[in-house]
Amino acid sequence: MITEQVKRQFIQIVGAENYDDSKAGRLVYSYDATPNFQSLPDAVIAPRNTKEVSEIVKICNEHRIPIVPRGSGTNLCAGTCPTEGGIVIIFKHMNRILEIDEENLTVTVQPGVITLDLIQAVEAKGLFYPPDPSSMKISTIGGNINENSGGLRGLKYGVTRDYVMALEVVLANGDIIRTGGKLAKDVAGYDLTRLFVGSEGTLGIITEATLKLIPMPETKKTMLALYEDLEAAARSVSAIIANKIIPTTLEFLDQPTLQVVESFVNIGLPTDVKAVLLIEQDGPKEVVERDMKAMARICREQHAISVQVAKTEEEANNLRTARRSALSALARLKPTTILEDATVPRSQIANMVKAINDIAKKYNVNICTFGHAGDGNLHPTCPTDVRDKDELHRVEQAFEDIFAKAIELGGTITGEHGVGVMKAPYLEWKLGKEGIAAMQAIKRALDPNNIMNPGKVFAKSTRKRVVVTR
Amino acid sequence: MKNEQLIQQQFQARMNEDELLNCMRCGFCLPTCPTYIESGFQESHSPRGRIALMKAVVDGLIEPDEDVERSLQLCLGCRACEPVCPSGVRYGHLLEEARDIIAQHKTYSPIVRFIRHIVFKQLFPHPKRMRMLTALIGFYQRSGLQALVRKLGLLRVLPNHLAMMEKVLPNVPTWKQMNERPTHIEAETKRKKRVAFFSGCLMDTMFMDTNDATMKLLQLAGCDIVIPPTQTCCGALHGHSGEKADAKTLAKQNIEAFEALDVDYIVTNAGGCGAFLIEYDHLLKDDPIWAERAKSFVAKIKDVSVILVELGFHLEGWRLPEQIVTYQDSCHLRNVMKTANEPRLLLQSISGVEFREMKDADRCCGSAGIYNIIEPDMSMQVLDYKMAQVKQTKATTIVTANPGCLLQMKLGIEREGLTNVRAVHLVELLLEAVEATKEANEPVKQTG
Ligand SMILES: Cc1cc2nc3c(=O)[nH]c(=O)nc-3n(C[C@H](O)[C@H](O)[C@H](O)COP(=O)(O)OP(=O)(O)OC[C@H]3O[C@@H](n4cnc5c(N)ncnc54)[C@H](O)[C@@H]3O)c2cc1C
Ligand code: SF4
Ligand code: SF4
Repeated sequence: MITEQVKRQFIQIVGAENYDDSKAGRLVYSYDATPNFQSLPDAVIAPRNTKEVSEIVKICNEHRIPIVPRGSGTNLCAGTCPTEGGIVIIFKHMNRILEIDEENLTVTVQPGVITLDLIQAVEAKGLFYPPDPSSMKISTIGGNINENSGGLRGLKYGVTRDYVMALEVVLANGDIIRTGGKLAKDVAGYDLTRLFVGSEGTLGIITEATLKLIPMPETKKTMLALYEDLEAAARSVSAIIANKIIPTTLEFLDQPTLQVVESFVNIGLPTDVKAVLLIEQDGPKEVVERDMKAMARICREQHAISVQVAKTEEEANNLRTARRSALSALARLKPTTILEDATVPRSQIANMVKAINDIAKKYNVNICTFGHAGDGNLHPTCPTDVRDKDELHRVEQAFEDIFAKAIELGGTITGEHGVGVMKAPYLEWKLGKEGIAAMQAIKRALDPNNIMNPGKVFAKSTRKRVVVTR
Repeated sequence: MKNEQLIQQQFQARMNEDELLNCMRCGFCLPTCPTYIESGFQESHSPRGRIALMKAVVDGLIEPDEDVERSLQLCLGCRACEPVCPSGVRYGHLLEEARDIIAQHKTYSPIVRFIRHIVFKQLFPHPKRMRMLTALIGFYQRSGLQALVRKLGLLRVLPNHLAMMEKVLPNVPTWKQMNERPTHIEAETKRKKRVAFFSGCLMDTMFMDTNDATMKLLQLAGCDIVIPPTQTCCGALHGHSGEKADAKTLAKQNIEAFEALDVDYIVTNAGGCGAFLIEYDHLLKDDPIWAERAKSFVAKIKDVSVILVELGFHLEGWRLPEQIVTYQDSCHLRNVMKTANEPRLLLQSISGVEFREMKDADRCCGSAGIYNIIEPDMSMQVLDYKMAQVKQTKATTIVTANPGCLLQMKLGIEREGLTNVRAVHLVELLLEAVEATKEANEPVKQTG
């Protein structure tokens, strides 16, 4: 609850035009891209600079008002759903690229910068920022950092975490701290930068970030390998890596996914095969060519029925766009689209694909699968309907089985989408009681009043662990 | 309060819940929405936000209060959010239904009610009255009255954007010209197709020159043309302003006017009309008999640019004096009729034309039907962005494919004081090329 007096204080800080507690204004920040989650905040505040953020946080700390920092609300774990009310802080004013440092190869940005805008700005200077989540045309850097997002280029270049060098953070008590720096080496104290990456807004508010850049790779090639058999495609992934090749991109799409994606992009994707791998390599020309040849050979050895190399950059780009629209395109099939993010060691990817299919059969649900196969990160996706309670229940059971299987194979419940509210009940499966306790200790130390995105990451109760007998 | 409850009930009864649920809130549409961008990234002025608001009204989470209405009102209806939506949400249909419900329950002030009545019921559905109104404008323009009014600065009483609008109106045809419209025209070259022409209400009065140019080009491309006199206004204005019942009546009249004709296509030359015609099947979906009839009607609708390209008009070596040309997409032509390449292809085929694509050519210009009259602030903000992109190209000719866009571009030129830039409809430029080419060829013929 926000009292009149507190409201006046907020308005004094940001101005009336940046404080919105109208019903409609709150409603449009009551959701994110996660299905079945909605809850109204008490107000939405748009600070203009770090100082204003700090002042807002101080008031919230004093009055125990929950804070939900929000980028573009594209996360898939209900991470920005204001489940406990309070205020949503948005960064529409804090969306500038502050500096591109060509000597140190860094870029410094405010949290509201759109990922793709950043990528394009640095590419204009011949530099490269690899993390490219499929949502990059709308996701923000603040969101990427807090979810530690991955992307199509993750296999070779790593995820957002690998590019965050320094942060400016407003802590729950209003203190402004700076972590890290434009430094290749730095061991002065704990690595707080890494602590904040992936913290889902539960430890502090990121108000500035310095990110690492690398030189643009010289060339890039893209190809598509087609399969009549899902597991053959998955086996190819492990085989490529076992052959000591690390491609930029190694993405998997099954037939149902291909079909819906094609109906959106209309670029002539093969819809009559059971699965495809989208493979890319970049780097010096000779290396790219050598690797592409070797990978094509490996795919054929694993029974790919054909391997097609994109002839133009436009064709390659179409293939990437197609892959990026997979999730939203699957939403065409049914009113509700529930997806998961199970991740296993790369060597286990074929086993995981098989397990997903078996589990789908067991519960009689339709599961489409695509994902960053090279990262061992699959997105089994279930088109369903929230109004069909019976099916929804079976979907839930199927996904629990999938989590359990992933952990059994040495994997995790979420590779890149985060815990949020969605997966909080399962976190203990991965971390154990002690792991949770350690994390909670950190949370309590930095945010004793639990105002920073409360209700996320840590669940009130843990799901009973299902035992998979297979 | 009572009214809000009624609206809420209607939302529950009439909004397509599957379509609302189909939005998975991925946000992929946000970067293409002009009102989201121009409002400084306010979710309530984004497609995702608007869909969420409509859904929340259906779910009973909020009342359809002023802010909800405002959000829906400020939408341009440009439908740029549709082609980019991987889930295939038909936002335009949701918006139309929601606006209709709100309009039906809204208590407009007596003056607004009067204006809406005149415009929607008394004027647009009646071709003859449209001609009379245009004739009045013609009288105003030709009698010296316009000159006098301008000289005396009488238009100062109007808001700035309306006063400028007066300046950019085309020189309209006379009463006699409007009443002598053809109903049949034969191909001028070897006959390849037989088409019907949808002449439109505004197009056949205020923009008669554009219609004439369209027919001339079709003739040259080898079309026999039928122009059924019983056709009427397409109803787009009604449909987009919450007067759906009237739109349906007009739709039926048009289907009747065209369905008996033995033609390959029904040709349109205004993106706004074409897009509405091509969705008659959706408009009439709850009426099984008419829905079927609408389907065959819809299957024949094509923009003139598509037909010209199909008939190879762009391969004939047309020429124009050297000029830089840029093209502003008509939102509805692009996003609903899915026609974007053909106009560009036609322009690029003219020698002498240096075609320069402007940045965000596919973004709305802010005209959006009568939007620029009722939402001048947002409309002018959107237009200013557009003109900045135009200037970047250094184009002297801006081409559009819809009368509303054309007026808006002219308004933009006027606002920016760009004296050496003109805005024309695609067909007018094409006809200009035809004439220029002929002129250039004639002396050659004499000597050769
Ligand atoms: C279609 C689709 C495809 C996707 N593809 C990918 C993919 O390929 N890879 C991937 O990793 N993810 C993907 N995602 C998930 C999502 O896009 C990412 O998690 C993204 O990083 C979220 O960015 P955002 O700006 O929308 O953040 P939000 O969703 O607004 O926020 C995400 C989290 O960050 C916190 N946060 C945001 N800004 C700040 C800040 N300044 N300070 C502190 N906390 C903050 C929020 O509280 C929340 O916990 C996809 C999502 C969709 C809908
Ligand atoms: S309308 Fe389409 S693109 Fe926009 S948020 Fe909804 S699903 Fe995504
Ligand atoms: S129709 Fe245009 S203005 Fe309206 S929500 Fe869609 S993109 Fe935005």
